[in-house]
Amino acid sequence: MTDLAKPATRAAPSVDAPALARRYGAWIVTALVLAVLPKIFTSGSALTMMSLMGIMIVFALSYNMLLGQTGMLSFGHAVYYGLGGFLAVHAMNTFARDGLPIPVALVPLVGALSGLLFGIIFGAVSTRRGGTAFAMISLGLGELVGSSSLILRSFFGGEEGISTNRTKLFHVLGLTFGPQLQVYYLIAGWCLLSMIAMYALTCTPFGRMCNAVRDNPERAQFVGYNPQTVRFIAFCLSGLFAGIAGGLAAINFEIVNAGYVGAEQSGTVLLATFVGGVGNFIGPVLGAILVTYLQVMLSDVTEIWQLYFGLMFIGMVMFAPGGLAGLLMMHAPLWHARVLHRVLPAYLLALVPGLITLTGASLVIEMSYLLLVKASSGTAMTFLRVPFDAAGPLPWVVAAVLLVGGFWVFRRTWPVVADAWSDALGQARTRAPA
Amino acid sequence: MLELVIISTLNGVLYGMLLFLLASGLTLIFSMMGVINFAHASFYMLGAFFGFQISQWLGFWPALVIAPVLVGAIGAVVERWGLRRVHRHGHVAELLFTFGLAFVIEELVQMVWGKTPVDFRVPALLDFPAFTIFSTNYPAYKMFMLLTAVAIFIALLLVLTRTRVGLIIQASLTHPNMVAMLGHNVPRVFMMVFGVGTGLAAVAGVIAGPALVTQSNMAGLLGPIVFVIVVVGGLGSLLGAFIASLLIGLIQTFAVSVNLSLADVLGAVGITLGPDNFLSDIWQVPVAQVAPIIPYLLLVLVLVFRPTGLLGTRDT
Repeated sequence: MTDLAKPATRAAPSVDAPALARRYGAWIVTALVLAVLPKIFTSGSALTMMSLMGIMIVFALSYNMLLGQTGMLSFGHAVYYGLGGFLAVHAMNTFARDGLPIPVALVPLVGALSGLLFGIIFGAVSTRRGGTAFAMISLGLGELVGSSSLILRSFFGGEEGISTNRTKLFHVLGLTFGPQLQVYYLIAGWCLLSMIAMYALTCTPFGRMCNAVRDNPERAQFVGYNPQTVRFIAFCLSGLFAGIAGGLAAINFEIVNAGYVGAEQSGTVLLATFVGGVGNFIGPVLGAILVTYLQVMLSDVTEIWQLYFGLMFIGMVMFAPGGLAGLLMMHAPLWHARVLHRVLPAYLLALVPGLITLTGASLVIEMSYLLLVKASSGTAMTFLRVPFDAAGPLPWVVAAVLLVGGFWVFRRTWPVVADAWSDALGQARTRAPA
Repeated sequence: MLELVIISTLNGVLYGMLLFLLASGLTLIFSMMGVINFAHASFYMLGAFFGFQISQWLGFWPALVIAPVLVGAIGAVVERWGLRRVHRHGHVAELLFTFGLAFVIEELVQMVWGKTPVDFRVPALLDFPAFTIFSTNYPAYKMFMLLTAVAIFIALLLVLTRTRVGLIIQASLTHPNMVAMLGHNVPRVFMMVFGVGTGLAAVAGVIAGPALVTQSNMAGLLGPIVFVIVVVGGLGSLLGAFIASLLIGLIQTFAVSVNLSLADVLGAVGITLGPDNFLSDIWQVPVAQVAPIIPYLLLVLVLVFRPTGLLGTRDT
């Protein structure tokens, strides 16, 4: 495996300004956006949500090192996130109690190290095989740690978890990390750092070998790399970054409980990563932002938001396996050929009946939920600010018309979209330089 | 002591047979399509809830027949219109599809029947003690569960090994192209096996529903254990799944009744462990509390020492 440690042998990059801008521009813009965001969204809830998004971005990107880059489907990734969080919380309590001069900003390192450590331990057992076997083992390990977290009470704190106080730690430059704004900047800083590190990793020869192991482990083996070793290293590094996310979460919430290592957390990161798109580096970032936003916003609007979540996920698996990023990247050739505007009218045409269909489906789901589960507390409800009685026939007729009629029209627009698409793509090809 | 052993053995075999009803379908589906049906335990849960609802309307015995047929039909539809569509995106997409399906089924069950347990009762016909050993009454319903599970196991074994249909299924597992050449519709065989597999899970659901708790989290509780069984027994091995089911059923039942901890055992041979710290729970927790994680420990041990599982031959 010493080969992997060698630096990439590529032509020395030219140092002219455009090349530099291309290489580092995206990161500078990201850093600026992260810095400016709290100035635009100043409310407390927005700040909290952005902190959550930052944590989720690191977590989802670390997950994609497995699923997207190396082709390992893990059902137990929360183990490394949660254990990172638990060890970070214990470390914070120890630092505060013994008065060690270690600032809060370095606590995610504890999470990173514990994520790495458990990645090495569990990775040694689970990465010997890829594919379905790996998925099953990761599920078993996830359940093992998840169930243990309720049994080993002094470490995991039982049902109520372990809490801490981040302001009690050593203060550097007068930063107490009491206000959420300081915590946001801490998370943003670590998020940016982790993103850059994980992106850089994909550009190394090791990153390429991960892709080779994902696409064809046998050929990777013939080239001289042991797929097991590549999987193992990817797994450990992924545990490291998941540990950073866990450490950040411990700082943000000041409490860590059994839910952190549980199956639900593993499911959420899988969902976020896949919905965002596993084939592209930016995908998990989009997924993390979207899923966090929906988790916070949708749970205010409807009680059965998880059902919509699941349906969205199945829809993605069936119709858009590339995720959001895959859908966006499909349009890259059109964008470069400047013919994107040719497909937009067709999209708008399809969007209207599509939204109507969704509204109808959602209305049916909400009314069924009300009548089946909550009928005892009355059948009156409001949907999209329209109050009505779900027990009457009229709302059901409206819902059926929206659903069936909307879908009927929606189905009619598909050929239009397909035509516009192939038309635009054809133009993009002819305009592309030969 | 003897009383404990006999009762625990009975309960353990019963639990093991129940697990086998689930594991057999899962392992059959895996051998054919190479995909683990993540939603398999969800079909078990659907079986329990359908059984509950139908027994409210028509009684328990019609429910025992109708619910599995309905769930099997749903399973066949899922295979035909869902899995087969996703198949071209590869195994990971199939696994993700069934993962999403498990998620949605749980949410739907919560939407229809709520989050609290439903009152699924043992039918009056079987609501009496079958026999009494050492002053413990053993319910007749549990004997009925055991006999049903054993009967289905034998029937499954006979169908797979002694009938024409079973031969076609077995041949489709190993040589799907050859079977297709001989004029059999292999995708339809797959769809039928998927339907029958999910139907078997639903049978387990209907008969387990009154004895265990029929609640929307029952799939999440049992699902991972069934995966453990399939992996421990060896992916794709029916006999391995049978042995692993009984093994885990017995281990879990016996573990619950052992109130010793590692510290007690070591103390008995004269070793006392160090002072209390973060990890002292490991040797102070009694075995009874550790029972839920024993299957997963077994999984890790098997994977370390025999990665193909007990009777598995395939190294996926």
